[in-house]
Amino acid sequence: MKILIIGATSAIAKASARIYAELGCSLHLIARRDDQLALLASDLLVRGASTVSHSVLDLNKFAAHEKTLDAAFTELGGIDIALICHGSLPDQEKVEQNFKQAQKEINTNGISIISLLTELTPKFIEQQQGSIAVITSVAGDRGRQPNFVYGAAKSLVSTYLQGLRGKLLAYNVNIVDIRPGLVDSPMTAQFPKGPLWSSPECIAQKIVKSIRRGSHTVYAPGYWRVIMFVVSAIPEFIFKRLKF
Amino acid sequence: MEAMGWGRYPKTTAELIQPADSQALQKFISAQKKSASCISRGSGSSYGDSALAEQLVSSRFLDNFFELDQQQNVLRCGAGVKLGDILKICIPRGLFLPVLPGTKAVSVGGAIAADVHGKNHHLDGSFCAHVQKISLVLASGELVACSEQENPELFRATCGGMGLTGVISDATLSLDSIPSSYINQRSLIANNLAECFEHIEDNADSKYSVAWLDCLATDKNLGRSVLYLGEHAESENREIDTMYGERFGLGVPFSTPSFLLNKTTMSAFNASYFGVQKRKKSSATLGYDKYFFPLDRISNWNRLYGSKGFLQYQFVVPSESAFDCITNVLERISEKGKGSFLTVLKKFGESNENLLSFARSGYTLTLDFKNEPTLFPLLEDLDRIVLTHDGRLYLAKDARMSEEMFKASYPNWEKFMAIKSKYDPKTRFASLQSNRLGLTQ
Repeated sequence: MKILIIGATSAIAKASARIYAELGCSLHLIARRDDQLALLASDLLVRGASTVSHSVLDLNKFAAHEKTLDAAFTELGGIDIALICHGSLPDQEKVEQNFKQAQKEINTNGISIISLLTELTPKFIEQQQGSIAVITSVAGDRGRQPNFVYGAAKSLVSTYLQGLRGKLLAYNVNIVDIRPGLVDSPMTAQFPKGPLWSSPECIAQKIVKSIRRGSHTVYAPGYWRVIMFVVSAIPEFIFKRLKF
Repeated sequence: MEAMGWGRYPKTTAELIQPADSQALQKFISAQKKSASCISRGSGSSYGDSALAEQLVSSRFLDNFFELDQQQNVLRCGAGVKLGDILKICIPRGLFLPVLPGTKAVSVGGAIAADVHGKNHHLDGSFCAHVQKISLVLASGELVACSEQENPELFRATCGGMGLTGVISDATLSLDSIPSSYINQRSLIANNLAECFEHIEDNADSKYSVAWLDCLATDKNLGRSVLYLGEHAESENREIDTMYGERFGLGVPFSTPSFLLNKTTMSAFNASYFGVQKRKKSSATLGYDKYFFPLDRISNWNRLYGSKGFLQYQFVVPSESAFDCITNVLERISEKGKGSFLTVLKKFGESNENLLSFARSGYTLTLDFKNEPTLFPLLEDLDRIVLTHDGRLYLAKDARMSEEMFKASYPNWEKFMAIKSKYDPKTRFASLQSNRLGLTQ
């Protein structure tokens, strides 16, 4: 299988890439830091990947997306799975008070993914097969006070994916929306951890499984579907008073 | 967060730092505030307090493979890589780790820091005998390479040094070639300790050798045991085992009440185990997972000892006095009405030059005890027996040995201290264990 991973050096992406490497897949990795990409590439080769190539891209430079993705398709000779993993977790207080910051975060977590999907879509339509999986977040299910800028960007992507899924149905291309809950990774290093936190490896297993099964919207781990159902069901007149 | 070792005793509150890569690790170590002491932590498989401190530096994200040279059989990988992950990539290529401890959850960094041993110590030595090179982050934040050629004194202090010289960021390991991932196991029944020693001596050339002992058998049955011998099977089968536990999620989800493990249940378990083994066929071919890591099959088995946890007691004594010492120890345990659920006896080969490594030539006995107040006086008794026979305790399992016991039984501790104070003059690296043993304050 030929796998494209965008935001490849994030913890969840790395764990997913390792599973695909152990299955003997060919991978193309895209991320911002060259040194980290090179390290990950050698790691994946040792783990059993048939080939690993990589290219550097700052995902907030939208103009460069087309060229980089073209190169990735040529490198792999078609793509079976495109996995989009990049993201950043902003400080809500800061971005709330500073539009420039908010814009940057929404670009990273939302608009950049729309740009990538716009480039990927015609390529997958032409192939008439494959899966595109995007990591969004449970934070996109409802705007909560501590992280609604992040949540808004994620729900932008989730809504876009719902529409795109229908559009690509006729072309045998599946869209997977992966919504992890709390993940214990370097991105969340500053938070105290509790029993609801899961490891990137656990999320990665769920990702690989749901892509294989052709799932649509996946909560990882699965119990987040129940939690978010309850959170979404709280009447607004109560919800607006909640600070969690 | 609450932190503890595999034995779940003692418990402490600690801050967990998880550097994303070796640069982040260097930055953290060099920027560390004066007062706090830290110790590196791999997968938390040491039993006692050797990986406990105010700040724990986790190697969790230092888990990259860098290079596998299949001509030379050499692997370079991060300190956070677990031995099980190495086996997963090695076995399909016909390679194997030369030394495996009883669990594959151990990280490479932890295996070096404790200089762990396996069932083949009598032939192949301990883990560090197969470590070619280490990258170590010193207290200054500097990353240095050490090996037998480069910084040899630092290498000798770091191998088996319980993380007190610095934080290991990556290591270069030699691997062995194997024909298959299966082990031909032969089991020999011994009706008492003398027979067990005889079997061990008679089979000294067997690649793997370890004995399970019924700790609760007394009098003429004292030391009745089953000796398991193993050789790599000569088939081409290089399957990677997945254990029942991993496949079906077999595990212990929470601490079971500790009264379930009492002398009666342990005695019944040990006696029936011995009975079953006695009737079983004496040879079998097993997957490597089943042979090397039987306990990994039940995840979190340590919770069976209850919320207060348990203590492992592993000592080594020279061969000349091993029989007397072990007989003494077993008798004392039964006198005090205590018992060990799992008891393991093994013969070690020669010791190495690492300053704080545990393994030395002789016999090693491993016992585990439920944590209860009446246990501690018994263990002190056992310490005295072990010390009279010129033995010592394994630091990776210890949670309570006294400073005097340690200093009397590890004669190289002063040499170790000289090297530690040279590279870590302000004592950045300290654990609850090193404080207790008088290596740090």
